[in-house]
Amino acid sequence: MGDVTRPTPLLALAGLVAAGGAVGTTARALLEHAFAPAPGAWPWTTSWINLAGSFVLGALLETLLRSGPDTGRRRAVRLGCGTGVLGGFTTYSTFVVEVERLADGGHVALGAAYGLGSVVLGVLAALGGIALAAAVRRRATRGGGAR
Amino acid sequence: MTPTDLVLVAVAGGLGAAARFLLDTLVARHNRSSTPLGTVVVNGTACFLLGLLTGWGVTHHGSGDVVAVLGVGFLGGYSTFSTASVEAARLLLAGRGAVALVHALGMLVLCLAAAVAGIALGGA
Repeated sequence: MGDVTRPTPLLALAGLVAAGGAVGTTARALLEHAFAPAPGAWPWTTSWINLAGSFVLGALLETLLRSGPDTGRRRAVRLGCGTGVLGGFTTYSTFVVEVERLADGGHVALGAAYGLGSVVLGVLAALGGIALAAAVRRRATRGGGAR
Repeated sequence: MTPTDLVLVAVAGGLGAAARFLLDTLVARHNRSSTPLGTVVVNGTACFLLGLLTGWGVTHHGSGDVVAVLGVGFLGGYSTFSTASVEAARLLLAGRGAVALVHALGMLVLCLAAAVAGIALGGA
């Protein structure tokens, strides 16, 4: 309140995140329902969701970062699509409980591989998304002669 | 999954995502280090609560709908994997490899411990 540098109230921004989060969560719920993981097996559905989400979020945030300051429409896209849709689409809690359930069910090695593998692949996917966005941006600025 | 379940999951997911945004904003405001900590707090609490819910669901038959709406919806929307990955990737790109490693593995270990504690408490 009275903060001239942040005219949009926090709750309005949270509403934007909520709208995106509802969309992302619904998409994940439908995918997990359609491709329910078998007990004792690598949970592929959560894997693909989390890796795809990491890649797209890396690309989205890098694109926004390179296109200007985090205000107005850029901030709206970051919060609605990034924090909301992609944040809600991916899940850490389901992932970790899947690791625990695998280990608890006697599949300790698989659980450890799934846990560590997901984290490492997730970071690599994010790096890939960032690299792709940076390359596209470089090509666009060179091609358009916008410098 | 019935259409009603799906609507409840969507609403819960939206509320979870908004809760994550508000808590992350609060943590960032009080965090004096340059390492992001909001996602660690969010995911740690999410895993504890999902553990609690999972442990409770195992001992309470017919609780599948509640577990789906709160677990898949609210806690799934609240916790996030993509932001955790991007934070670690950015730490790596900033040349802070050791911090990235501690951030990524530390979050996994902390969240796993939180989930185990939650399951033990929930099933008791």
